[in-house]
Amino acid sequence: MIRQFGWNEFELLVFAARWTIVLAIIAFVGGGIGGLIVALLRTADSRVARTAMIVFIRVFQGTPLLMQLFLAYFGMAIFGFSVNPLIAAMIALTAHASAYLGEIWRGCIQAVPHGQTEAAKALGLHYFARMRHVVLPQAARIAVPPTVGFLVQLLKETSLTSIIGFVELTRQGQIITSVTFRPFLVFGLVAAIYFAMCWPLTLVARWMERGMARATNR
Amino acid sequence: MYSFKFAPVFANFGRLLEGAAVTLELSCGAMLLGLVISIVCAAARTSRIVPLQWIVSVYVEVIRNTPFLVQIFFIYFGLPAVGISFNPNPAALVALTINVGAYGTEIIRAGIESIHWGQVEAGIALGLKRLQIFRYIILKPALRTVYPALTSQFIFLMLTSSVVSVISATDLAAAGNDVNSETFASFETYIVVTAMYLVMSTILSGIFAAIQRVAFRYPMAR
Repeated sequence: MIRQFGWNEFELLVFAARWTIVLAIIAFVGGGIGGLIVALLRTADSRVARTAMIVFIRVFQGTPLLMQLFLAYFGMAIFGFSVNPLIAAMIALTAHASAYLGEIWRGCIQAVPHGQTEAAKALGLHYFARMRHVVLPQAARIAVPPTVGFLVQLLKETSLTSIIGFVELTRQGQIITSVTFRPFLVFGLVAAIYFAMCWPLTLVARWMERGMARATNR
Repeated sequence: MYSFKFAPVFANFGRLLEGAAVTLELSCGAMLLGLVISIVCAAARTSRIVPLQWIVSVYVEVIRNTPFLVQIFFIYFGLPAVGISFNPNPAALVALTINVGAYGTEIIRAGIESIHWGQVEAGIALGLKRLQIFRYIILKPALRTVYPALTSQFIFLMLTSSVVSVISATDLAAAGNDVNSETFASFETYIVVTAMYLVMSTILSGIFAAIQRVAFRYPMAR
């Protein structure tokens, strides 16, 4: 039986977008913690730590997120956990976001003039105090625009979790298409909902980038 | 303890290689077509014709703020409803081209805007034609400036192309899905496929670096 596309179906789509947002938030928080660790190790004095992080970043930026999702999904069974699309999505997205945010934030940490680190060392500050009070606050200022830009990418990439069977906005769109047979309308709407979530973030990132460019051009 | 079964995966390695060839064809095709679209759209975006600027802006913003997966669903499942239908592989090429075209437009536009107007005036003073000015004074230095951003976008495109397996295109990810469903060695299959993507992206970035050394060898303007 073919169902009509009505208000109910529209509501289902909007509610499914909640899961897209939840996934993006989980991935952003997990990736934020992971990314900070990656960025700190990537800029650490220890050569082993730096090399390990270079490899980590290259592997996760050099392979498709879809494959990372598959590996997390099928890997869970191998390591004796029950297979759960949400958990697999959280693991893969967190690792993925850690690599990208780690690389973005590495650049921001290295953009802080080295003299700042030297001055902090001369004042007798230890690594954590140096990072916490001197380097990271300055790096954070320039990190905000590219981080917001990456959040847009992450929000879009959560759509891939539909392929391992997690029901978020894109998967809900597929389900509704299969009962209403209105792919043009449904996927058009799905795209519009993504756009409504991403575009404001894009504009904010662009606005902050402009402000920063003005501040550094002076 | 789980014992890994890589033998059945490597027995099907030929099929994975065929899939990898399709992935490279699709992504290289999309890169070239997308580059053309990017240059044309970036020229339109920086032109003084306002309606053109608007059309290009809408294209770029819509594509950059929606997921590729939804774009390919729309093209493959949605467009036939209005009488435009594709086979899976051409649909994948169209979707990838449209996608990378939007990102490329934004990147090249940034490059074009970094060119000083004085350069163009110098070109006019030397009596160069409009097209010559665009090609030698605007486009080439612009491409040189944004080359790293452009090529990392291209590598990202190659990785994104794995998504086209969902519309039963015959790329590497799809070959992986086939091998997986026949051998039941899921984790092993996707480890091998993932490693193949890593090799391809590494080779691709090596090729891009080589192209950069050859194409932009002249000294940097100050």
